[in-house]
Amino acid sequence: MKRWLIALLVLLLGRRRRRPLLDEGERVVPPGAPDRGAESLVLLLFGAAAVCGVAFPVIYAWDAIPNQTQFLGLALGLALAFISAACIVIGKRLVVTEELEEEYSGTHPDDEEALDQLVEESGSRFTRKRLLVLAGAGAGTALGAALLTPAASLGPVFDVSSLYRTPWRRGTRLVDEAGRAFLVDDIEEGTFYTAYPEHADREQMGAPLVVVRLEPAELQLPDDRRGWAPEGILAYSKICTHAGCAIALYRKPTFPAVEPKPALVCPCHYSTFNVATGGQVIFGPAGRPLPQLPLEIAGGGELRAAGNFSGPVGPSWWGVRRHGARP
Amino acid sequence: MQAGVKWFVVLVAALAFVPSAAGSGSELYGANCISCHGPQGRGIAERGPSLRGVGARTADFYLRTGYMPLGNPHDVPHRSRVQFSKSALAQLVAYVASFGGGPRIPRPEAANGNLADGQERFTEHCAGCHQIGAEGGYLTNAVAPPLDKASAVEIAEAVRTGPYLMPHFSEKQISDGQLNSIIRYVQYAKHPDDRGGWSLGHVGPVPEGLVTWFIAIVLLIGTCAVIGQRIRS
Repeated sequence: MKRWLIALLVLLLGRRRRRPLLDEGERVVPPGAPDRGAESLVLLLFGAAAVCGVAFPVIYAWDAIPNQTQFLGLALGLALAFISAACIVIGKRLVVTEELEEEYSGTHPDDEEALDQLVEESGSRFTRKRLLVLAGAGAGTALGAALLTPAASLGPVFDVSSLYRTPWRRGTRLVDEAGRAFLVDDIEEGTFYTAYPEHADREQMGAPLVVVRLEPAELQLPDDRRGWAPEGILAYSKICTHAGCAIALYRKPTFPAVEPKPALVCPCHYSTFNVATGGQVIFGPAGRPLPQLPLEIAGGGELRAAGNFSGPVGPSWWGVRRHGARP
Repeated sequence: MQAGVKWFVVLVAALAFVPSAAGSGSELYGANCISCHGPQGRGIAERGPSLRGVGARTADFYLRTGYMPLGNPHDVPHRSRVQFSKSALAQLVAYVASFGGGPRIPRPEAANGNLADGQERFTEHCAGCHQIGAEGGYLTNAVAPPLDKASAVEIAEAVRTGPYLMPHFSEKQISDGQLNSIIRYVQYAKHPDDRGGWSLGHVGPVPEGLVTWFIAIVLLIGTCAVIGQRIRS
């Protein structure tokens, strides 16, 4: 903070000292004829850039619009294009471009003054300087607002209860892609299954499961999860806790001496979760275990949920460990 | 105690001379497999898993791909030169199958498969590890092999058996018809018909992006040069 204040002070002082240069001595750059047409074009371009910049947050907030993503990209792209077009027009038509014979190195104080004078005089063609600066600032502000808008997508900061909502309740049946209920005998060792909650939206983050089966003797679940894996059948969220990819890899050693032991692997960044110990991370960038869903076996051998997940489902967010397993 | 040992020796001797239907398969087994998988395929802890009940399907896969025999039981098996002649391999497979039960060698008919369906199933079940172009891939502490040398029978065996680290897929997960389609897709993926341009190794967007980037950087530098030119009026 202190350093920023000092930097600002130095900048202001530096600006003030440069002012008187305009009136002193001879001109380095000859005065150019004003070009009002080009100036108006620059104003127009800056205005268009500002409109596009403002359009970005408007489109962002307006969910009902079709092809929202494409329009967002268009708004941002056009804003940048208009600003660059304005800069090109300024450079080509408005700044006096006179090639100088002598070279300036820029190290000697006199040379620096000459350079300052050069910069000041190059703007002699501008007739509506303040208006142009204002338009440029407006376009820049609109673009800045557009660039900051997506930060709203980083998720809820204060009310995180929606991140804990899943379709799983005690008694919800596990069904496969075609909607058939999973039976205990359907689940074999050495392979894995994708399961969904019956009569629920499968697109929800908390809906899909990975189901695997181990020998009950192989299980090393924590004490508070005793009974979560009836007959060795385990259910985990299919969504990786790192970046939210679908966990599509199950490595199960045929030869028991091969390490690591049976584990679920995320194909995006190879986060690896030990299925025997309740989804603990044994490799990769994931920062917390895969949420486990407690299971129970109903009368007809059907698999059902015995409650909700052991922790929040999906990619981690700011403060996920502080909030813990329940909202 | 002495008597027990004596009886054991007699028993082993008797077993060795029992004429076996598998013929020289037992000799090949004794020379190549017994040190890790133990007598009669019972397995040896920390050296090799039991082979009882795995059947001809598993034995055929591991032997015809050269995965076995493996010098060190902790090495990762990979495709290598097959160590046996065709008839010796068949005898060894028959001997391992004679340990009891187990499925037979599958006979897939890839010609009956549907290519489009095969790609869909491959994407769903296989591409996570083997990649969509069947080029192979990586997972934690292991490599998923490329499928360019896999024959139809080998693919069918691998899907049903789940060799090494691979999960196996039952007929409830992938039906025989779907398996035919998957095999047809894998065979197609060896020589896919590219839609023009360079194939760039069929490995997806990374090389394509790199090439595009090299083209784009030339265009960008050209644009900068045009913008930076003085107007000559």
